[in-house]
Amino acid sequence: MLKLTNVHKTFHIGTVNEKKALQGLNLELKNGDFATIIGSNGAGKSTMFNAIAGGFFVEKGCIELDGEDITFVPDFKKAKYIGYLFQDPMKGTAPHMTIEENLAVAYLRASTKSNQFFSRISKKDKEMFREHLSLLGMDLENRMKNPVGLLSGGQRQALTLLMATIVTPKILLLDEHTAALDPATAEKVLDLTKSIIKERNLTCLMITHNMNQALELGNRTLMMDSGRIVLDVSGEERDQMTVEDLLQKFSIGAGQEFDNDRILLSTAKEK
Amino acid sequence: MFITPAIIQTAFEVGLIYSLVALSLYLSFTILNLCDLSTDGCYTLGCAVSAMITIAGHPVLALFAAVAAGICSGFVTAFLQTRLGIESILAGIIVNTGLYTINLMVMGLSSNVSIFNVDTAFTLFRSLNASDFWINWHKLILIALIAVIMCVLMYLFLGTRLGLSIRATGDNDSMVKSSSINPAFTITVGLCVSNACTGLAGGLIGQYNKSCDINLGTGMVTIALASLVIGETLLGKGSVKKGIIGVLVGSCLYRFIVAIALRMNVPTEAFKLVSAIIVAVAIAAPKIKEYIALRRTKAQILAEHKAENQKIMKGGN
Repeated sequence: MLKLTNVHKTFHIGTVNEKKALQGLNLELKNGDFATIIGSNGAGKSTMFNAIAGGFFVEKGCIELDGEDITFVPDFKKAKYIGYLFQDPMKGTAPHMTIEENLAVAYLRASTKSNQFFSRISKKDKEMFREHLSLLGMDLENRMKNPVGLLSGGQRQALTLLMATIVTPKILLLDEHTAALDPATAEKVLDLTKSIIKERNLTCLMITHNMNQALELGNRTLMMDSGRIVLDVSGEERDQMTVEDLLQKFSIGAGQEFDNDRILLSTAKEK
Repeated sequence: MFITPAIIQTAFEVGLIYSLVALSLYLSFTILNLCDLSTDGCYTLGCAVSAMITIAGHPVLALFAAVAAGICSGFVTAFLQTRLGIESILAGIIVNTGLYTINLMVMGLSSNVSIFNVDTAFTLFRSLNASDFWINWHKLILIALIAVIMCVLMYLFLGTRLGLSIRATGDNDSMVKSSSINPAFTITVGLCVSNACTGLAGGLIGQYNKSCDINLGTGMVTIALASLVIGETLLGKGSVKKGIIGVLVGSCLYRFIVAIALRMNVPTEAFKLVSAIIVAVAIAAPKIKEYIALRRTKAQILAEHKAENQKIMKGGN
C-alpha cells in the first residue's frame, strides 16, 4: 500500500538553522492498516505527512503508494487519492463559501474529465451532500446554504473530514485533527473518524499526542524520534501494552526521555 | 438646471462601461484576493486594439479582439506570478509597464489615434432603427446590454465548478489543493477572465470616444476600486449576486459623483485630485461611520455615568 524507503528531508540546508527533519525514514503500511503515530516535538511526524502528501519534495528516498512512485508528484495531484486533515480547523474549508459549495469543490476529486468544469451543482449532488451531512449528526444538512465561516471549529473539522473522505481516498492522513477542539467536540469528531474509517475500510495514519488514544485506536502504533521510526508495535504485543510501557520503550528506542510536554501532560492528567 | 438629463445619460453610459473594469477587479481583487495592477495598461490595450481594428473597418470584430488582447495580458500577469513566483502586485506593475510600449506599438507608435469616417459598433447599432428615441438612447442601450450580459455571464461562470474553485482559491488555497485542483491553474483562468472584462471595457470606450490615447488608462484601477468599494458599502459584503449588482450600482454612482463635481466648475486640471478624494472618502466611509457611532455611544454612556454620579453625590449630602 504505502511504502516509504530511506526518506531524507533537511530544512534550511547550508544555514545555521539547518534541521534534519527526516533521516532515513522507512515505513510500510498494509491495506486497511490504521496506525497511530506519537513522538516528541520535532520528531518529524508532520514532516513525514508533508512528504507523503507533497507539501515539499524530499532529498533522498522513495515514496510509493499502491505500487506507484509518487515521490515527485505535486501535492494537488496527490490530493486525488490522499485525504489530509490538519490540526487547524480553519485550514480545510473556505470560510466565505457555503457548506454546499465547499462540498462541491471537494467532490471535484471524483471527476476524471475536465468537462466537469463547466457543470453546476446538480440536484443529485445536493441530495448526496445532504445524505453525507446527516451522518455527521450536527444538523448541518439543514444549513447547506450557510457560509462555513459561521460554523464552530468542531463543525468545521467534521465537515473537513467529510470533504476529505467524500471521494474515498487511498490513504487518510490525520495530523492531530482533534487537538484544537474542546474535549466533548473532540470526542465527537473522533467517533466520526472511527466510524468512517471502519465503514470504508480506509488505510489511515493518525498523529496524536494522547498515549491512550495511540494504543486504543487502530491496529498499529508507531513512535518517531529524530526523523526515524523507533518503535512499531501491532498485534498481541500492542494489545498488552500500557502507557507506562510505551514511555519506557520510547526512552530505550530514542536513548532519551520523552519530551513532548503535551503528551506528558495528558498522561499525567489521566493517571 | 443643475443636472440635466444629458448629464445623467452620459454618467450612465460611461458608468456602465467602467462597471466592466469594476467587474474585472471584483474577480481579481475581491474573489481571488490578488492585487492586479495591470488594469491601467490592459484597459488602454483593449482601447488601442479596438480603435485600430475599427479604423480598419471591423468594429464588432474589434470588440472581440479587445477581449482577446485582455486575455493575453491576463495570462502574462498570471504566468509571472504562478510559474515564476513574482509577487502578484509586482507582476501587475511589470505587465503594466511593458504594456505601455506595446500599446504604443499597437497604435503605430503614435500616442493618439482618432476614429473618423468609419463605422463603430455604436453607429452600426444606431442604424438598426430611425426613431428619435433610438437615436438618443442607442448608446446607452448597447452599453447596458453588454454590461448586463457580462454581469450575468460572470454570475453564471462563478456558479460552475471551475468558478467555485476560483472562489475557493481566493478564500483558502490549501483547501483547493486538497481538492486536487492546481491553484496556479485557477489563478490563471481567473486573471484571464478578469482581464478580458477590462479589455472589453477599453474596447468600448475607444469606440465610444472615437479615439484612443496612450494615457487613457491612467488611474483606472483607482476608479474601478472606488466603484467596487461604493457598491460594497451600499449593498454589503456577501453573496456573488450582491457583489455583482454592487459593481453596477457602484460604478454608475461613482460617475454621478464625478458629474456633480464637474458641474461645480472644478477645473479640468484638478480632476484627478477630485477623483482621488472621492475614492479615499468612499473607501473610508464605513470606518468614519463606525467612528461617529462609537463617539455617540461613548458620549451617551459618559452622560449616564455623570448623571448617576451626581445622584450619588446628592444622596450622600
